[in-house]
Amino acid sequence: MAETLLTVENLTKKFEGNTILDGLNLTIQRGEVVVIVGPSGCGKSTFLRCINALEPIQEGTISLQGTPIVYGSKNLAEVRQKIGMVFQSYELFPHLTVLDNIMLAPMKVQKRNKDEVKEEALQLLDRIGLKDKADSFPRQLSGGQKQRVAIVRALCMHPEILLFDEVTAALDPEMVREVLDVMLDLAKQGRTMIIVTHEMQFAKAVADRVIFFDQGHIVEEAAPDEFFEHPKTERAKQFLNVFSFEKVEHNK
Amino acid sequence: MNWDFIAEYLPMYERAAILTVKLGVIGIVFAILVGLICAMIQYHKIPVARQIVAVYIELSRNTPLLVQLFFIYYGLPKLGANLSPEVCGIIGLAFLGGSYMAESFRSGLETIAPIQRESALSLGMTNRQAMQYIILPQAVSMSVPAFVANVIFLLKETSVFSAISLMDLMFTAKDLIGLYYKTIESLFLLVVFYLIILLPVSILGSLLERRMRHAGFGS
Repeated sequence: MAETLLTVENLTKKFEGNTILDGLNLTIQRGEVVVIVGPSGCGKSTFLRCINALEPIQEGTISLQGTPIVYGSKNLAEVRQKIGMVFQSYELFPHLTVLDNIMLAPMKVQKRNKDEVKEEALQLLDRIGLKDKADSFPRQLSGGQKQRVAIVRALCMHPEILLFDEVTAALDPEMVREVLDVMLDLAKQGRTMIIVTHEMQFAKAVADRVIFFDQGHIVEEAAPDEFFEHPKTERAKQFLNVFSFEKVEHNK
Repeated sequence: MNWDFIAEYLPMYERAAILTVKLGVIGIVFAILVGLICAMIQYHKIPVARQIVAVYIELSRNTPLLVQLFFIYYGLPKLGANLSPEVCGIIGLAFLGGSYMAESFRSGLETIAPIQRESALSLGMTNRQAMQYIILPQAVSMSVPAFVANVIFLLKETSVFSAISLMDLMFTAKDLIGLYYKTIESLFLLVVFYLIILLPVSILGSLLERRMRHAGFGS
């Protein structure tokens, strides 16, 4: 029996009178890769932000390894160290070099030894092929490179779980692959990940479980093959149809 | 132009210039402190304090320094606080400059997108650490141009100090004109000494700005 890492119970999030998330329940086991798909505005990103307590919630509980995650609570900084988050817009710190971006939090937050952190950071950079960019500033990197650095920055904190919020949505098509490859590699290493994405082929390849969100509800939850080949709900079928094209018949 | 006159009264201008710079620098240092505190209060939207700061900023920016100095110089003694002209000048400059500095720091802070802070928080930083390592360093460099402009503006504003009988450059020039009718010479020295004080600040400022632009943040 795998260890339950993250438990979400009856999560309800309202904003300005609208219900964004409506009584969500979800548990995630250690080593699981869960992909969340759904139409824009269905609350996928908000869900990730709630897990990290970047958003206040109105009802329900979220806990990581039994520790409750409560917006505004004292122990938040401590819990967040165990939750790595990667944003769509990278959010590297523009005034710091790549290496300093990665080393800052392990040194200042976790008070780890500088040499040890540096060694690990360089190792991780080497692994994604960006060791030679260690002393570059973020502005000197391409979008794909920035996003890979952002992933390494999260990894260097040794998180229990990684959250990916549409991390390839802002990238040029040819850079999407390099980022997805890094994530596939992490999945192979047995990392626990929650991935919000619009890359359906990637979702199919990486996921242990696919969750389909619509209007703040979990509409469908299934293994990837089942979800993509035989979606059960009408709503999911509609959604998946958007991604397939029928051959145009030319009238000659 | 009477060069002998200029040579004779040069030391007097030197003393006045030293006083101008001394009061200017001390006043600006306090203005920076006041500005930082006000900007932080506004950035964190602290209730009540925030409203007080807003009133202070409007009051300070929409009244002339001369009027503010008169209030401090003639008004405060009536309330039992007897202050030397020097202290009054410093308080006046800090009162005026504080609001300008606050506005430049606040606009610098506001250019940093909230998601940068969230990114820092998601790495386990506390609010204080996010401010110290991520937001402030970026905000400071964003507010450099406005900051330099404020420093120059405040140094020039010190010319009003003569009105509360401080022997600054302006006072000295007016004094000499009154005593000897050497208008051209006195004004010539006045301009030269202001340039000696302000040109280096101006040049240093644009060098700093260029450096910051070169560092060109922007993710």
